[in-house]
Amino acid sequence: MSAPLYQPRLPRGWWLAHGGYRRYMLRELSCIPIGLFAATLVLALFRLGQGADAWLAFRAALATPPAIAWQVIALGFALYHSVSWFTLAPRTMPMVVGDRKVPPAWIAAAHFVLWLALSLAILLIVGA
Amino acid sequence: MAISNKPLLWLPFAVGGTLAALLVPALMLVFLIDAFGQWPAGALTYERVIAFVGHPLIAAGLFVFITLLFWHSAHRLRMTLQDLGVRRAGTRRVVALVCYVAAVVGTGLAGWVLFGV
Amino acid sequence: MSVTSLPIVEGNGATSRMVTFEVFRFRPEQDSAPTWQRYEVPCREEWVVLDALNHIKDHIDGTLSYRWSCHMAVCGSCGMMVNGQPYLSCKAFIRDFPDLIRVAPLGNLTVLRDLVVQQDRLMDNLQAVKSWLMPAEPPPADQPYRQTPAELERYRHLSMCINCMLCYAACPQVALNEGYLGPAALALAQRYNLDSRDGGTFERMQATASDEGIWECTFIGECSEVCPKHVDPAGAIQQMKLASSLDWFARLLGKGGGS
Repeated sequence: MSAPLYQPRLPRGWWLAHGGYRRYMLRELSCIPIGLFAATLVLALFRLGQGADAWLAFRAALATPPAIAWQVIALGFALYHSVSWFTLAPRTMPMVVGDRKVPPAWIAAAHFVLWLALSLAILLIVGA
Repeated sequence: MAISNKPLLWLPFAVGGTLAALLVPALMLVFLIDAFGQWPAGALTYERVIAFVGHPLIAAGLFVFITLLFWHSAHRLRMTLQDLGVRRAGTRRVVALVCYVAAVVGTGLAGWVLFGV
Repeated sequence: MSVTSLPIVEGNGATSRMVTFEVFRFRPEQDSAPTWQRYEVPCREEWVVLDALNHIKDHIDGTLSYRWSCHMAVCGSCGMMVNGQPYLSCKAFIRDFPDLIRVAPLGNLTVLRDLVVQQDRLMDNLQAVKSWLMPAEPPPADQPYRQTPAELERYRHLSMCINCMLCYAACPQVALNEGYLGPAALALAQRYNLDSRDGGTFERMQATASDEGIWECTFIGECSEVCPKHVDPAGAIQQMKLASSLDWFARLLGKGGGS
């Protein structure tokens, strides 16, 4: 007969236990604002399809204080998603050139540069 | 054990996550700047935006982009709900189904508003 | 986290600090549930948690059970939770901790006795993922099986794993999904996938890319944070997800795959 064993159980609130887990959960929860933003884009296209007045009304709705507050929160989550995604990228896609690994910081930096360039391009296209 | 079909869920998640990381903050800023009325006059007028979105390549690109955003969010939400305590196999299946069906509905709506007449 | 009390000066001039250890006790022949036992230990400046446990065992309570061997972060047997985080107890310097230190067996794993956990979760899964070289072609019979430095560089960091299982204790998915192969087993599968002499990636994928493998990982990344050898299992698993996904789509499109 074998001796009894003790099997620990992960507490429900494990993700509050320390900073690493909390930052992970924050990163994962960015999926909610990003999913809602995708829905916002669909709504924008829908209102656009309804005509000029509907488009103006949609833009006015996004300019109300609660809508602005939500957009600021969502932007915070989206920025956190971007930073965490690009920071982790070199570990998903490491590169060896010659006999040496490309320093992870360079790979991350390349992502950040691309991000900056695309963001500027979007803002310039809209503002032009 | 056998090779799983999860790549069907994971690769769209990963591509969607990359697109979201690259493009979403700037696109959110576009709306936010508009909300504060800081764009030059005429930047987001009906005529200009509909001409832009009306281009077939732009419309197709938007459709792929929005679809991948939905899949990214749905997959991540499903995994996060498991982390937060959805543990029983049956409930996990229901959660997964709800998340992915929501993504499919979102995709359908995106297709409808972009291409449906 | 340095809440240190005044040092005690001993006769030989060495200083020590009284530290209270709360140690997880589970003696299956007498305990139905684990308990915490307190020990007051005069700790020297240069001591690690393992030194304090050895002091307890030698001078206070000989019934305390724990594993250790090398005392130099090589053997990988003295892993335990120190104030809730996984450490090699031979690398956890007491001077970096407050005056009350809680020592528990590695998290998420079945406890056999006191600080001793069952290692099956790693050992069985190393077998499952076939963590050994499966040469693509018969190795040369009369000379070493050579590699260039670049070929070595691709997997060298993964080969540093000492099977200490700190990553299993750090990973919530190990606890949430009983069948999950876990960080170290997957990293050691990838170690051979990336070996230029190996041809077993597709065979390993039967386990690593199954529902119990890489797809359970959500890149929490704590496995890599706690790894005493900087193996980065989380990164290895991400790379496997990407490679397995591309392979899956290649096979779907009938372009062979199985590489």
